[in-house]
Amino acid sequence: MLKQVEGSAAVAEAVALCRPEVICAYPISPQTHIVEGLGKLVSAGRLAPCEFINVESEFAAMSVAIGASAAGARAYTATASQGLLFMAEAVFNAAGLGLPIVMTVANRALGAPINIWNDHTDALSQRDCGWIQLFAEDNQEALDLHIQAFRLAEELSLPVMVCMDGFILTHAYERVDLPTQEQVDAYLPPYEPRQVLDPADPVSIGAMVGPEAFMEVRYLAHAKQRQALELIPAWADEFKRVFGRESGGLAHTYRLEDAETVVVALGSVLGTIKDTVDELRDQGVRIGVLGITCFRPWPTAAVRAALANAKRVVVLEKSLAVGLGGIVSNNVSASYPGSPDDVHTVVAGLGGRAITRASLRRVFTEAIEGRLEHVTFLDLDHKLVERVLAREREQRRSGPIAEGILKDLGVVAAKIG
Amino acid sequence: MTHQPIRFYQTGTFTVGNRLLAQEQRSVQAQAGRTNSLNSGHRACQGCGEALGARYAIDAAMDATNRQLVAANATGCLEVFSTPYPETSWQIPWIHSLFGNAAAVATGIAAAMRVKGRENVRVVAQGGDGGTTDIGFGCLSGMFERNDDVLYICYDNEAYMNTGVQRSSATPPAARTNTTMPVGSSTGARFGQGKNLPRIAMAHEIPYVATATVAELRDLEAKVRRAMEFRGARYIHILVPCPLGWGHGSAETIRMARLAKETGIFPVFEAEHGEVTNVSKIRRPLPVEEYLRPQTRFAHLFKPPGHPEIIARLQQLADRNIRRYGLLDTEAAS
Amino acid sequence: MKPKPFAITLDPGSSLANHTGSWRTVRPEYVDRLPPCNHACPAGENVQGWLFHAEAGDYEQAWRVLTRDNPLPAVMGRVCYHPCESSCNRGQLDQSVGINAIERYLGDEALRRGWKFQPPERQSGKRVLVIGAGPSGLSAAYHLAMRGHAVTIREAGPVAGGMMRFGIPKYRLPREVLDAEVQRIVDLGVTLELNSKVDDVLAARREGGFDAVFLAVGAHIAKRAYIPAGSAAKMLDAVSVLRGMETGEQPLLGRRVVVYGGGNTALDVARTAKRLGAEESIIVYRRTREKMPAHESELEEALQEGVLVKWLSTIKQAGESSITVEKMALDAKGNPQPTGQFETLEADSVVLALGQDVDLSLLDGVPGLEVADGVVKVDDSMMTGHPGIFAGGDMVKGERTVTVGIGHGKLAARNVDAWLRGEQWVHPPQHELATFDKLNTWYYTDAPKSKQPILDTIRRQSTFDEVVGGYDETTAQFEARRCLSCGNCFECDNCYGVCPDNAVIKLGPGKRYEFNLDYCKGCGICVSECPCGAIRTVAEEI
Repeated sequence: MLKQVEGSAAVAEAVALCRPEVICAYPISPQTHIVEGLGKLVSAGRLAPCEFINVESEFAAMSVAIGASAAGARAYTATASQGLLFMAEAVFNAAGLGLPIVMTVANRALGAPINIWNDHTDALSQRDCGWIQLFAEDNQEALDLHIQAFRLAEELSLPVMVCMDGFILTHAYERVDLPTQEQVDAYLPPYEPRQVLDPADPVSIGAMVGPEAFMEVRYLAHAKQRQALELIPAWADEFKRVFGRESGGLAHTYRLEDAETVVVALGSVLGTIKDTVDELRDQGVRIGVLGITCFRPWPTAAVRAALANAKRVVVLEKSLAVGLGGIVSNNVSASYPGSPDDVHTVVAGLGGRAITRASLRRVFTEAIEGRLEHVTFLDLDHKLVERVLAREREQRRSGPIAEGILKDLGVVAAKIG
Repeated sequence: MTHQPIRFYQTGTFTVGNRLLAQEQRSVQAQAGRTNSLNSGHRACQGCGEALGARYAIDAAMDATNRQLVAANATGCLEVFSTPYPETSWQIPWIHSLFGNAAAVATGIAAAMRVKGRENVRVVAQGGDGGTTDIGFGCLSGMFERNDDVLYICYDNEAYMNTGVQRSSATPPAARTNTTMPVGSSTGARFGQGKNLPRIAMAHEIPYVATATVAELRDLEAKVRRAMEFRGARYIHILVPCPLGWGHGSAETIRMARLAKETGIFPVFEAEHGEVTNVSKIRRPLPVEEYLRPQTRFAHLFKPPGHPEIIARLQQLADRNIRRYGLLDTEAAS
Repeated sequence: MKPKPFAITLDPGSSLANHTGSWRTVRPEYVDRLPPCNHACPAGENVQGWLFHAEAGDYEQAWRVLTRDNPLPAVMGRVCYHPCESSCNRGQLDQSVGINAIERYLGDEALRRGWKFQPPERQSGKRVLVIGAGPSGLSAAYHLAMRGHAVTIREAGPVAGGMMRFGIPKYRLPREVLDAEVQRIVDLGVTLELNSKVDDVLAARREGGFDAVFLAVGAHIAKRAYIPAGSAAKMLDAVSVLRGMETGEQPLLGRRVVVYGGGNTALDVARTAKRLGAEESIIVYRRTREKMPAHESELEEALQEGVLVKWLSTIKQAGESSITVEKMALDAKGNPQPTGQFETLEADSVVLALGQDVDLSLLDGVPGLEVADGVVKVDDSMMTGHPGIFAGGDMVKGERTVTVGIGHGKLAARNVDAWLRGEQWVHPPQHELATFDKLNTWYYTDAPKSKQPILDTIRRQSTFDEVVGGYDETTAQFEARRCLSCGNCFECDNCYGVCPDNAVIKLGPGKRYEFNLDYCKGCGICVSECPCGAIRTVAEEI
């Protein structure tokens, strides 16, 4: 059924079709509309039976989900940014315990300085937490990935994080094709837990494991994610069979045939990139796109295959490994058969900075012409940062960076408000 | 008292069992077929009060729920000594997630049971004082406030023992821990309110709050049984002496708990919906010194020249408890 | 279900594989300690042992355990001065357990229900002569009969009972109770020959074909004191007065009776005189109340009945209707010394209650038998210097009470039995005493001692009705349950409950517990929390 809805509403509908039994709700922008939407479905009786719990923090949200999942209930929550960090301990724990919780992360920057707009720093900060991390390119994919996520999580006994760009997707009204309950039921069987807290068959879950077995436990977690790399495409195929459209999988390629330059990215920015690539292709530039849907586990083989013929790679990412450069690009480099020097990192869109086709076109062209630096910050106000850095060189204690920037912008803090 | 005292059967209600009682009047711990929810082979120290308290409480909960019980456990001594791979001492469905989230995990379990129509399965969350009054306080308060159908049991040994005896917000004034010495001028914990979790729980007006000690088994069991008669959030705070952290002999664990109660240092009571409904009276009143002296954590109070002024302040705290809760029978007080 | 996650999820109770017993440096051990009541009982009763059954309401079993040591519980439950109660640990907690009254309840219950002794299955073929049917004679006869020996008691008097009959007034011991308990011993097959005085023990042994003899003739010759007395003065002795009460020769004591002496017999006479109608019954005693050998309870009862006591006084002279008394004073050593102050008391009669001597005439010419200080010398086995002749009760050295007599009878019987088989009876090693400090008394409910009903004073002053009443069943059971079971496990489950390591195995009713040393870490909580002190700590051999 085609519907013109807000991304959050679409996700809420999709999640509801998956019949989650316990939903933990805690508000944080830009995720809030999703749990609000689910709450409405619960109160309308369209999602039943379901326990909708207003928790007191994200830490509690994930903890309640852990309890519910361990007791055999399909559990869901959603968060973003600071919230993800606040629950980080429980995020790692859910993965360690192998509990198939599904969580939406409406990607948002991390403070300080506090910022509610989109980038990928939050989700990527948790890249080693043991969850499967899927990134949606548009709202249709966000919707589809949630359905796949429950299937994946429960088949693998691993939690799955579905990442969608905050505001850009969550608050965007787009036309989506909402599946029917019958379709979802056909794709997603009832939850059969691998382990469950049941008085009829008591087990102790969450033992303390010492040096004698800890490495093995961690290896098994790794091995399981690597196994998932084979299974994820199969379930995407299965999804296509049931729902009639392609969605999910490990990665998508776009106009990669004969491409000498490949742009790699995650999430909604792929749309802008594809438009830019189309323009360049129209001018005869041999450029293509690799969109990473599954960031964890990292699809090494798929990336390697997609980049096999590329002369250069531009990784455009909404994240920053402070003190290094790119996070995604670091992963890409490891999978690129060519020289790491030919993998360029373009850090873009941090804290919601707009990524325009013109800017993309400029950096892609620079890359093709061999003028692109190894690590670039798209549309950075170089003058401003240079002035700050210069002043800091003069004065050892220049005060907070933010204040310094305000000074340079001619705004005195005291005058604000 | 919640339980009907059984009088004059040689030892009355105070021993674990009594061969002269009818089967249904006997304590859970007296039963040959008790659950032993926390089984032998655990790695608690000799004379561990928490191991004892946990078995008392969980066996009683198992009995009260017809063995339909699930437990969530905070990180801490109890978790570490009971479940080191490859062995667990638990005979019940049990989960350990984190230090600070036992109450929330239990909420999730309860929600799962409700959604699956298995509300006969009851949920207990348990932790030490650190996991309850400090790091787990947020989740606990949330669970209380939502009135989730969980019984939370705090085994209070008044410090972080698993990490080697550091102060928690349940550490009593003047007690020495490895982190109280650098704070202030005294070796012991500073005087202050700490966090009185039973009263904080009462402030949430949850259906049931109780305190107990490992020295009075029947009282403890009756409280667990009573707690299981309610739906919604319930809290039981059990004082469990720690030979390691308190510095008393391993054989003295129960005696210390008894002294804590008999001196008025630790009031034993019950509250329903925020109101105190019952107190366990002091049987043989004693000055606090009787309780303090056998514990090395208070030894600095007795080293020459001594600190009678600090002991007097502790006595005042006990006296306040006695007044506030009416711990003395009028006969006993005379 | 799929395989569970490796290492993170574990099967229940698997820690049993971890034998924490290896941590132990000390080990708990169950012990039986000697309860102070048992220790103090001259008859060697297993008081705690029979209370154990009474607590559970199994009075017959309680009575059977009791009568293993003492065949006369209804008598003893009335007349014993119960040193068991004086030593009872509960006395340090609140008040001692009313052991004596419970014993009486059991004794009376046995009579009411007609419980009999179980005679032995086999007879030994040996014959034993018991001379004297007082407490020690009856006790010895019972114990010997229970061991399969043919026993004949020869009693000089017309009825059995000895001092229980002739020394203890019936308001303390109703005669039907005494008769019934004696009869139960006779029913065991003991031959009781009354009015059968033995003048020559060797001849009696020889002629009767007895393999052994137990002498228990008691001490019933009143001691005299020289008191200058006018010919008209009426001087009697306590033994004759009390004996007269039994034989129907009721003594004529007059309106004002003075009893001279400070023992229980003096009180018995004074109280008897009161009942016989004396307006004044005065005891003259040369020391103070604290020094009086009579038992406090009996003095108290006598005072309640109106008996007066003249402390620190001796009789210097007796006349027809008055006596002269000299006041005494205690010296530094506590001995009474004359003061030279005199006083006259009106008295129609003076009864001397100054103790009794043993009639040793039947022992003349027994080779090896020695007499010293007016009593027969016996060794540890209660045997005299003459092989096969044993002696006990008041005629040997020791405190002269019914209970001691019964204890002697039991001890002699054991030794006679062993001697008849050519063996030596050896006292089994005694357990360590269960002193108060071994107990954890916190566990015992506060429970005041039950009182026995007392006859009202008017009737006590005019009749010989029994003064002290017995417990009813409820009271007897309540009182039994006050027992702390010192030093002996009573299956309270404390050890089973308080072990943090579940290392105590409950073996089932009556079977107590055992330690599971695979898991016991040796913390010692069970030792500290055992209410009755039946667990001790011993060092582990490492």
